[in-house]
Amino acid sequence: MTQALLALAGNQNSGKTTLFNVLTGSNQHVGNFPGVTVEKKVGQLKDLKEVSLVDLPGIYSLSPYTSEEVVTRDFILQEHPNLIINIVDATNIERNLYLTLQLMELQVPMVIALNMMDEVVQSGNSIDTERLSKQLGVPIVPISAARKQGINELIRTIKKMLKHPVAVLKPDFCSGEVHRAIHAIAHIIEDHAKQCDYPLRFAATKLVEGDSVMQQKLSLHDDDIHIIEDIVKSMEHALNVDREAALADMRYCYIESICKDSVCKVQETYGQQRSEKIDRWLTHKYLGIPIFILIMLFIFYITFSVIGGALQEWLEMGIEAFTEQFSILLNNIGISNWLHELLINGVCNGVGSVLSFLPIIVILFFFLSLLEDSGYMARVAFVMDRSLRRIGLSGRSFVPMLIGFGCSVPAIMAARTLSSERDRKMTILLTPFMSCSAKLPIYGMITAAFFPDHAALILISVYLLGILVAILSGLLLKQTVFQGDCVPFVMELPAYRIPAAKSVLLHMWEKAKDFLHRAFTIIFIASILIWFLQSFDWQLNYISDSSASILASLGSALARVFAPLGFNDWRAATALLSGVTAKESVVSTLSVLTQGNDAALAQMLPQIFTPLSAYAFLAFTVLYMPCIAAFAATKRELGSWRDALLTVGYQTVAAYVVALLIFQIGSLFL
Amino acid sequence: MTLDQIKPGKGGIIVAVNGEGALRRRLLDMGLTPKTKVVVKKTAPMGDPIELSLRGYMLSIRKDDAAKIEIEVIADDSGVVGIGR
Repeated sequence: MTQALLALAGNQNSGKTTLFNVLTGSNQHVGNFPGVTVEKKVGQLKDLKEVSLVDLPGIYSLSPYTSEEVVTRDFILQEHPNLIINIVDATNIERNLYLTLQLMELQVPMVIALNMMDEVVQSGNSIDTERLSKQLGVPIVPISAARKQGINELIRTIKKMLKHPVAVLKPDFCSGEVHRAIHAIAHIIEDHAKQCDYPLRFAATKLVEGDSVMQQKLSLHDDDIHIIEDIVKSMEHALNVDREAALADMRYCYIESICKDSVCKVQETYGQQRSEKIDRWLTHKYLGIPIFILIMLFIFYITFSVIGGALQEWLEMGIEAFTEQFSILLNNIGISNWLHELLINGVCNGVGSVLSFLPIIVILFFFLSLLEDSGYMARVAFVMDRSLRRIGLSGRSFVPMLIGFGCSVPAIMAARTLSSERDRKMTILLTPFMSCSAKLPIYGMITAAFFPDHAALILISVYLLGILVAILSGLLLKQTVFQGDCVPFVMELPAYRIPAAKSVLLHMWEKAKDFLHRAFTIIFIASILIWFLQSFDWQLNYISDSSASILASLGSALARVFAPLGFNDWRAATALLSGVTAKESVVSTLSVLTQGNDAALAQMLPQIFTPLSAYAFLAFTVLYMPCIAAFAATKRELGSWRDALLTVGYQTVAAYVVALLIFQIGSLFL
Repeated sequence: MTLDQIKPGKGGIIVAVNGEGALRRRLLDMGLTPKTKVVVKKTAPMGDPIELSLRGYMLSIRKDDAAKIEIEVIADDSGVVGIGR
């Protein structure tokens, strides 16, 4: 068989990812669709290596309103896949077929994988797939992706369809006035559709729906636009509903009529009944929120203290041991001193300190995929939605933000599961304001030196400051950058399912790979750069006294910038600069630059800061750009250097403004 | 009556879906079309959003958006929503 391209399309929660994993194995490549932060997974079929399968985003319709939906239709219209595999959740067939009818209009050969048929049958319900297939004019293969049932049959059908492609036997599922309108418009736009290489039926239907994207793409004459408008208006008049409702109604009416013949539902499936029972607790009026908090505390405890903490220590020890041996080896070879320093202090220590985050990220994503795949994440969104609504986000962003208190890197990576591009971008921008655990040593240092009697109060106020700035930023962004295109919160609460081990493992592996890739590219380069700045002076002499380094002189220059914030000191500025590699380095740098140990540092601090400027310094540390690992994650998820730089730019400006306000207003009173 | 005024456990038949743009289209796409039977299952802990049952599945929408859906209350409120109208 020659090269072929398949597209996997279906609703969210239809088991699409599970089927994708079953069909492709671990043979996948993850990226983004061009220009948007919508994930694109491509894999080769297990037993047909020359056939690529693209996992399209989970969507409910082909409307022009969300980037996920637009990406899907653009992909099918422009990449011309040989075959669409449409996965349909048999336990929820009516709503799933709504997308099917729209996909059929694209006139690409199609096969329906009717998933979760085992659950339908077990519950005493039935679906006459042969009959349904005849009614729709599309081959249907009943499967259970989770139990790997019917997969061979599906692959056989795919092979057959690739060998002898059959276009969708289009049944005329429109009727009455809508039918008249679609056909009249199809007649007018036939040439335009042919020129753009668009399926005529799809283009006509979209024009009836008033789809502005389609109107532009077809480049119609003004006359034609007027005629089309007249046709649609008279349809609206005759039906006494508007265009979008007319089309949605037409599709659902058609679905109901075929389901009446082919689907026999005597009761809700056992899975649905079970879900309702579970939800009595998990979305309970009073217990819903406490249960959620307990679950998150448990995850944090396991991740950061029990397993993650221990693994992180071992990994650090391993890296240290490796670095030591490597250093001895280098000495034996007898390479020059600066090269030795570069490899050991620059590369090994820099990448090593970031690498030690790997266990935490992997474990966190183990739990996150459990939450996501089980269906609980939708309940979190349901329970917590109200708290984030004011700032223009939905409850779905709650979990990534919560993870931000642990570590910004997995938090930013977790934003990928959000179902709208706008929410993803905004969450990625706001999450670093949640003070991450690596900043704790800084707070400890400052509170011990300046506020020993009010340590807890200061600590809480710093965390609250981060949250407050996130809220204000959300309000500001809602009015400016993310104006208007708010994605409605209309969210399915899927039945609870036991997550597939394979999906969870693949998800962990994918995130680990992602992180490792970044550690050895962008973080690797940044580590070398920082080491260089720390180890050389402007004449490019290798120096041992870091106070004479380029970094320190940059710090001196920057100190003036920080003067209005109350800390006009090159050591503070240099520490903030080095904090970009990892937030813990703020403390270690200050300690090195004040020539010595922690005791000396505690004595030096009052010379650098007053209590007020120390607090402004704290405020700046909470808010300013996250570490390089988080920046790399931001760049990866946003898919653009420009957006990533704008994001950290915004965070740093916000930090500066807030610290400035604190110091200047505070100075008036103190 | 609008959907946000329906008490949990009660249901009705959709008469019209008002509003505009992305939200309205999304409601229609998810199957909230006129003549569909819908039951309000529960309210979230903070009082909003609400959980609906329609066309054999569960959907969550915000009260502000539910206020755009006109409902005709029906006597039968057993909470079971089957396929068909």
